[in-house]
Amino acid sequence: MLRYAVKRMLGALPTLFLIITIAFFMMRLAPGGPFDKERNLPAQVEANLNKAYHLDEPLPQQYLRYVGNILQGDFGPSFQYKDFSVTELIWGGFPVSLRLGGLAILFAFGIGVALGTVAALNQNSLTDYLVMGTAMTGITIPNFVMAPLLTLVFGLYLSWLPVGGWGGGGIAHSVLPIVALCLPQVAAIARLTRGSMIEVLRSNFMRTARAKGLPERVTILRHGLKAAMLPVVSYLGPAVASIITGSVIIEQIFGIPGIGRYFVQAALNRDYTLVMGVTIFYGVLIILFNLLVDLLYGLLDPKVRYD
Amino acid sequence: MRKAFARLRTTALTTAFVLATIPMISIAAPGIAMAEQVLHRGNGTEPETLDPHKSTGVTENVIENDLYEGLVTLSAEGKQVPGVAESWDISDDGTVYTFHLRQDAKWSNGDPLTAEDFVYSFRRAVDPDTAADYAPILIPIRNAEAIIAGEMPVDQLGVKAVDPHTFRMTLNGPTPFILGVLSHNISFPVHRATVEKFGNEWTRPGNAVTNGAFMMTDWVPQSQVTVVKNPHFHDAENVKLDKIVYYPTEDLAEELKRFRAGELHITYDIPSEQIKWAEENMADQFHNTPYFGTYYYVVNLTREPLGSSLKLRKALALAIDREILTDKVTQGGELPAYSWVPPGVEGYDQQEVDFAKMSQAERNALAKKLYAEAGYGPDNPLELELLYNTNENHRKIAIAVASMWKQTLGAQMTLTNKEWKVYLEDRDLKKHELARAAWIGDYVDPLNFLELFLSNAGERNDAGYNNPEFDRLLAEAAKPENVDKRMDILEQAEAVFLADMPLIPIYHYTTQHMISPDVQGWEFNVLDIHPGRYISLKSS
Amino acid sequence: MTDTAIPPGTAPTEEFAGRSLWADAWRRLMRNRAAMASIVILAAIALASIFAPWLSPHPYDEIYWDQIDAPPNFALGHYFGTDSNGRDLFVRTLYGGRMSLMVGLVATLVSLVIGVAYGATAGFIGGRVDAVMMRFVDVLYSLPFIFFVILLTVMFGRHLVLIFVAIGAISWLDMARIVRGQTISLKRKEFVEAAVAGGVSSFNILRRHIIPNTLGPVVVYVTLTVPQVILTESFISFLGLGVQEPNTSWGVLISEGARSMETTPWALIFPATFLAVTLFCFNFIGDGLRDALDPRDR
Repeated sequence: MLRYAVKRMLGALPTLFLIITIAFFMMRLAPGGPFDKERNLPAQVEANLNKAYHLDEPLPQQYLRYVGNILQGDFGPSFQYKDFSVTELIWGGFPVSLRLGGLAILFAFGIGVALGTVAALNQNSLTDYLVMGTAMTGITIPNFVMAPLLTLVFGLYLSWLPVGGWGGGGIAHSVLPIVALCLPQVAAIARLTRGSMIEVLRSNFMRTARAKGLPERVTILRHGLKAAMLPVVSYLGPAVASIITGSVIIEQIFGIPGIGRYFVQAALNRDYTLVMGVTIFYGVLIILFNLLVDLLYGLLDPKVRYD
Repeated sequence: MRKAFARLRTTALTTAFVLATIPMISIAAPGIAMAEQVLHRGNGTEPETLDPHKSTGVTENVIENDLYEGLVTLSAEGKQVPGVAESWDISDDGTVYTFHLRQDAKWSNGDPLTAEDFVYSFRRAVDPDTAADYAPILIPIRNAEAIIAGEMPVDQLGVKAVDPHTFRMTLNGPTPFILGVLSHNISFPVHRATVEKFGNEWTRPGNAVTNGAFMMTDWVPQSQVTVVKNPHFHDAENVKLDKIVYYPTEDLAEELKRFRAGELHITYDIPSEQIKWAEENMADQFHNTPYFGTYYYVVNLTREPLGSSLKLRKALALAIDREILTDKVTQGGELPAYSWVPPGVEGYDQQEVDFAKMSQAERNALAKKLYAEAGYGPDNPLELELLYNTNENHRKIAIAVASMWKQTLGAQMTLTNKEWKVYLEDRDLKKHELARAAWIGDYVDPLNFLELFLSNAGERNDAGYNNPEFDRLLAEAAKPENVDKRMDILEQAEAVFLADMPLIPIYHYTTQHMISPDVQGWEFNVLDIHPGRYISLKSS
Repeated sequence: MTDTAIPPGTAPTEEFAGRSLWADAWRRLMRNRAAMASIVILAAIALASIFAPWLSPHPYDEIYWDQIDAPPNFALGHYFGTDSNGRDLFVRTLYGGRMSLMVGLVATLVSLVIGVAYGATAGFIGGRVDAVMMRFVDVLYSLPFIFFVILLTVMFGRHLVLIFVAIGAISWLDMARIVRGQTISLKRKEFVEAAVAGGVSSFNILRRHIIPNTLGPVVVYVTLTVPQVILTESFISFLGLGVQEPNTSWGVLISEGARSMETTPWALIFPATFLAVTLFCFNFIGDGLRDALDPRDR
C-alpha cells in the first residue's frame, strides 16, 4: 500500500506537467487577450502592457518563463486583479470555499447515505419513492434556481437570514450557501447508495451473514454499508475536489469570496496567470483525491490489490 | 470565526441601538450627529485595481473618487470645481495652466501634499512602464504623446512644480476640456514614497496613502472594500459619512434583494428584468437618469453589401422602431438615439440623422423604398449576420431588431452570440457584418465620441470608417485659432458622420440605481459620479 | 450467480444466454409500473417536442409586441405565457425539449459506451495500463473546459455536432472512474477468477462478467449525468457554441426564467417542470432497467 502510494505520488508529477502544458497552450490559442476591452486600447498602450507582462515574447519562451517561475513558487501577478498575486488570491479564497464545501459534502454524505439506505431497505415501496423523490429535488432543481429561491424565501420574505454577503464568515451568512451546495450532492449520494445497497442486500455474503443469525440492523451497518460504499467513494473523489474549490454560481449569488468564481471568470477575462493558477491547484486536488479513493478501495474491499 | 461572528452581531446591535436613540439625541443637542454613519454601497464587480493610474472601470472609479482627489474635482452635480488646487490661472493663449494648491493639502498619513507630488504622479501616469490604459487622454499635455510612445524620457512632460504650492502644466494647444481630464482618475495624485516602497502592493490597506475624503481600512477581494473618513482631508468638517463599505454585487437580482432587505443603501444597477417592477413597486427609491453613452450597431464598411450601399445602411437604420424598443424591450427609460454624441454637452447643438423627425410609418415606407432601390426584395432578401456578446440585454435587443428588419424589409438575419473576448477579437479584426457596440464618455466632450472614427484610429474605429472630410474637420477643431468655433466645427463633423451612416444609433444610455430614502445629497449628473463626501444618511 | 454455472467458452450457450438475458430483462421491465409510466411520459414529451409546431397556433420565433412578459392566457393560446421578447413560451418550451433531450441522449450514450468500456478496461488490466489510462482522465478533469469550448467554436464555427462533441468530452469521465472502481473489486471475485482460470478471453470476461455486474452503479450514474449535461448545454450556449437564437433549450429557458422568478414566474416554472419530469422519468426507467438487468436476480 505505502509503496503504491509513493509510486502514485511520483506519477503525479508527469501528470501535472501535462496539465500545465496543455492548459497553457489551450489558453493561449483562444482568441482575445487580457487587455481587450469594449474600448480598444491605443496600439502604443497595448504594446506597453504586453511588454510589461512579457506577452510580446514568442509563445514558447513565455511558456518556459512560466514553468521556470512556478518551479520557484512564483505564480505571477493576476492580470485582472492587478493589486494581487495569483497565490494571494487562491490562498485568500480557498479557506472560504473549503469551509463551505467541506461542510456541504459532510452533510451531504451523512444525509445521502442515510436516505439511500432507508430507500434500499424499502425498495419500491412508498417510503422508497417518497425518500428518493425528495432527494432528487437537489438535481432536478438547478442550483442557479435553488440559490435565488433560497435567498428570496429565507432572506427577503422571512428575513431569517441575510440575503447575501459574507460578513466576515459568520454562521448566518453560511447557512444558505451550504444548503445550496449540499442539495445536489445529497441527491447523487443517496441515489448511488440506494443502488449499490440493493445489490449488496441480495449478494451471497449478506445472505450468509443473515443466515448466521446476525440481527438485520447490525448486518447492514457492519457489512452492507462498507461494501456498498465503493461506487459512492468513486464518485466522491472528483466531487470533493470540485466542491471544496467552490462554485461560481453559488459565490456570485451569495456574494461569497471563494475561489470558485476564478475558474470561470479568469478564463472569460483571459487572466492567464490566474487561469493557470487555479488549473494547477485543481489538478493537484484531483490527483490527490483520486489517489485517496484508490487507497480507500483497499480498505473497503480487502480483496482489492494493486500490482 | 466565532469571534468574527460575535463582533458582527455587536456592530449590528450597536447600530440598531444608536438608530433607535437618534431622535432623543437630536432633541438634546440639535445639529450634532452622534451616530456613526455607515453607507453600504453595492458596487458591481470586484475592483481590478485601486491604483488610479491603472484602473479603467466604473467600479474602480467609484471607490477612487472617494479615496483620491485631483487638482480639479467634481461637485455633487458633476461640475468641475477646485480640488487640491484652490484656483488656477490660464495663459492668454490657453496653453499654460498654473494651479495654486491649497496650503493645507495633506495625505492621509499627514504628509503635506505638494506640487512635486503632482509632477511625480503625472509622469507616472504617462510612463510606458506604468502602461496605463487611460494615459492617452493626457496627450494634450506637452510631450505626453512621445513619452507614452517611449520616444522621450518622462521628465520631458509639460508639468512643473514652480514652488511647493504652485503647479504648472503646459499644453500642446488650447484644450477646453482639459479640466474634465484633470478630474478623471488618471490625473489623481499618488504618494511617491508608498508607491516606491510597496510596488504592486501599495494600494493595500495598511500600505495605501491617499488624499481623498476617505481612506482605506479593509479590502477583502470579492467581499468588500471599507473606507473611513480621512481626518486630514481639507474639507473633512463637511464630510458626514464616517465609513463606506463597497460590496461587489455581480448578481444584480441578488443585489436588488439585498437592497430590499435593507442590507444596502445604494445599488450599482437594477437587473433589466426588474426595472419595470422596481419602477412600479418602489417608485420613491428608483432612480433613473440619462448617462453619457450611446448603444449602437456598428456596420463594418469594409464588407459588402453594406459597405458600399448607403441606401441599405439607411434602410436598416430607418426600420428600427426605437420607441418600441426602449419602451417594451429595454424598459429602462433609455432615450431613442438619432445621433452619435449623446445629449448633455454644454454649447454643443445636438446633431441628428435626417429621419429623426419622421414618424415610424414614414420611416418604414422610406426604408422599403431604399431597400428596393438597393436591389433587394422578397425574391432576393438581404442576408446578414448580427454579432453580439452573450448578454441578456444584447440578446433581447438583437431579437427585437432582427424581427423589425424581417417584418419591414424581409431581411433574413442570423443572430450570433459569442463569448466576450471572442466577440471583441472578431470586431477588432473586422470579421463582423453588423455588431452591437457601446461607448460611454470619459468626460463630457463630443471629441471623446467623434475621435473614435478617425481614419487612423486603428482598431478603435470598428466601422472602418474613412472620410477625409471628417478627418479634416476634427483636425480643424483642434487648431488653436479655432478655439471659439470648436463646437461648431465638431457639429459639422458629426453631421458628416451621421450622413454616412457608418453606425446605427439605437439608444442613449440611462443609469439606474435603487437609493434608500435615508440617503441624502445624491444629485443627478450625466457622468453618474457621486462621491461619498457629499452624501449623508438621514436617521430614520 | 448463474453465470459461473455456465461452462465458459462454448459459443452456442453464450448465444442462448444472451438472448434470454435481454428477453428476461424486457419481461421484468414491463412488470415495473413506475418504469413503464415513465417511458410513456418521456415518449409523450419527446413527441410533443418533435411535433411542437402543430400543437400551437404560434410560431416559436414570432414576437407579439403587446404580449411581452404576459402571464399564461388560454384565450390567446399562450398556455405558458410569453417571454421578455413577447414570444410564446408553450411552443418555445416544446422546441427547447428537442435540444435538451438530444443532449441528454448523447451524453447517456457517450457515457455508457466510452465511460464503461474505458473504466472496465483500465480496471481489469490494471498495473501500468490502468495508471496511464486513469492519469489521462485526471488530465481531462483538470483542463479548463471553457477554453476547450472556445477553441471548438473558433476552429469549427458554430455547428450542432460540436455541442455533442463538447458534451461528450466531459460526460464520460466520472463514469469511467466509477466503472473502474467496481471492476477492481469485481476482478478478485471468485466467479471472475474462475473464468480467468478457465481460459476465457479478457474481452469475453469483460463483456460477460465484469460489465453486467457494474450495471447497477452505471445506470444510477447515467441518471445523474443527464441533468448535469442538460444544464451544461446552457453554459456552452453562453460561450457561443450551443443553441443560437431564435432556437432554444430547456437549460437556456430555465436560466432566463430564473432571472425573473419573482416578476414572471411562469417563464421559470414551465420549462423547469418539463426538465424535472423528464429527470424523474429517466430516474425510474434507470431503476427499472437496473432491476431488470441485475444478473443476480435471474
